[in-house]
Amino acid sequence: MKDTILKAETASRRPEPAAARGGRPWRRKLTFDRVTFFLAFLGLPLAIFVIFVLIPFCQAIFWGMTDWRGFSPDYNFVGFDNFRKMFEDDIFLKALRNVALLAAFVPLVTLTLALGVAVAITLGGPSKGPVRGIRGASFYRIVSFFPYVVPAIIVGLIWAQMYDPNAGLLNGVLTGLGLDRFDTFAWLGEQATAMPSVMFVIVWGLVGFYAVLFIAAIKGVPAELYEAARIDGAGRLRTTFSITLPAIRDSVQTAYIYLGIAALDAFVYVQAMVPNGGPDNSTLTISQRLFNVAFAKQQFGYATAMGVVLAVVTLVFAALVFLVNRLTGGGEGESKKKTPGSKARRAAAEGGAG
Amino acid sequence: MSVITADPKTAGEREPARDRKLTRVAASSDRRFAAVSHALLIVWSVIVIVPMLWVLMSSFKSTGEILSSPFSLPDDWRFENYANAWTDANIGRYFLNSVIVVVSALILVMLLGAMCAYILARFEFPGRRLIYYVMLAGLTFPVFLAIVPLFFQLQNFGLLNTRAGLILTYVAFALPFTMFFLYSFFRSLPHDVYEAALIDGAGDWRAFFQVMLPMARPGMAAVAIFNFLGLWNQFLLPVALNTDQDMWVLTQGMAAYASSQVYDIDYGALFAAIVITVVPVLIVYCVFQRRIAGSVSQGTFR
Repeated sequence: MKDTILKAETASRRPEPAAARGGRPWRRKLTFDRVTFFLAFLGLPLAIFVIFVLIPFCQAIFWGMTDWRGFSPDYNFVGFDNFRKMFEDDIFLKALRNVALLAAFVPLVTLTLALGVAVAITLGGPSKGPVRGIRGASFYRIVSFFPYVVPAIIVGLIWAQMYDPNAGLLNGVLTGLGLDRFDTFAWLGEQATAMPSVMFVIVWGLVGFYAVLFIAAIKGVPAELYEAARIDGAGRLRTTFSITLPAIRDSVQTAYIYLGIAALDAFVYVQAMVPNGGPDNSTLTISQRLFNVAFAKQQFGYATAMGVVLAVVTLVFAALVFLVNRLTGGGEGESKKKTPGSKARRAAAEGGAG
Repeated sequence: MSVITADPKTAGEREPARDRKLTRVAASSDRRFAAVSHALLIVWSVIVIVPMLWVLMSSFKSTGEILSSPFSLPDDWRFENYANAWTDANIGRYFLNSVIVVVSALILVMLLGAMCAYILARFEFPGRRLIYYVMLAGLTFPVFLAIVPLFFQLQNFGLLNTRAGLILTYVAFALPFTMFFLYSFFRSLPHDVYEAALIDGAGDWRAFFQVMLPMARPGMAAVAIFNFLGLWNQFLLPVALNTDQDMWVLTQGMAAYASSQVYDIDYGALFAAIVITVVPVLIVYCVFQRRIAGSVSQGTFR
């Protein structure tokens, strides 16, 4: 690591005090030191990002309009034919419908549960004195976060065994409760239950993470607000709906979008539990179909076009979340802020950094 | 600060008597709230813990026992399941591969992400906003959009099925998240320390590595934990870009092992393999769990 020390240059002239936060004494001579610094600090990360993320994204849009089949260099530009073909492809349409279902239910259920758990842990405590967490809060927090630490593929494998018709725990519990019709019920093999079963596993795997995220957001709500509500005679329930939820609105929106992206993908979970697409393709996702068309059938142009559709669906989903949040009166904050990041900012402003 | 009123009648002048009554009502509803909270948390904890315990229990049984009496404790504790899983599923090797790839990628992405975030957060230059938004796009678009071109991109660079290729891809896809998280962190760091460093004659390099980076340690720790989890759980990228069986990472190896069970069923060993995979992560988690909880909130616990 080289560091040329510019004693004469910097010490002779005191930099003007930074005006506002984020203001900086950057209008100083371009020295060799400074140029190399900029090149290294901006150049390296950006190069990696551009080569491995940005260029593939841009290439995808072009390749989606070709009939490229992989390893031969020749291909034809076919415009929107791939997309036309896709929307005449019954299997793809089924996959599209499936991911729409996933995007509709998984974020909703996960966030409702995560909010429930977070509120219960942080606000469910005794009503005397300041607002406190519930007894055993840290135990519940550790347990609920745990599934998120287990790799998603393992979560899928565990539940594939849980759902097993003969030896699975789920049927064992249900028959133990006297529901004999579940003796050899194939949860992942029946069209009526395959998709809900998959959804449940995704929710199971993700609730903990978002619960912890919301716990952090709730802890960030100024305590004075809670005290004021308490003095006005609001109970726990009332406090939750009138204070906590409005205060962490933006975190919920960000979480909703992230979950939507995860649910539209869902690749790991379905590969672990129903790699064949489930009964009558009822759990097939776009990601599975894409993977198959690309790496098994080598129809790279067509597969990339599916990727484009998946990206469009993702963006539409994000736009919908934004819109709903706006229309219901939220979203004055910058939603692009990461919750933990804004937390960090507040913490640091209070001298929590370092 | 707006005071939120629970009941319009009580917002005005409050008589002590009513105040007491109100508190009683609130207290009883609070008790209900606490009871419901406890019930919810207990039910959820059971749903989380029971499958794990069941997997642990099954990992000591023979396949026949799993099929005949899946819910009783094992008759004799078959530790050989673990030996079988270790050799058949090749867990040792895949585990090592995972560690090498994830740790290298983690170190790289933390360094590069911090550098990038620092420049974007604390310097003004043309194109800054553009870079910021392009990164944001990289965070929003699904990986599946890029997966096919990425495959050929790596092939062109000769990086397909190599550790270096996988590491660089991991870094590239973890970079936006790292950058955004640390961006707000660097924004919030006080300026006078940096000024003091400059006055004392530190160059840009030195100001960053000796002053700013140590100050960002809490933020770095938090991002590192989340990046580690994310990269450790990565499945799609290795499956698509890392097809040489000797190079497989743990998630790939486990998926392949589970699907190979279709022909040669050894449930006990599969459960044992799952336990072997989960336990190290579990231990690391229990050690770091305070860190995780604290890191998300960055010490705003009141």
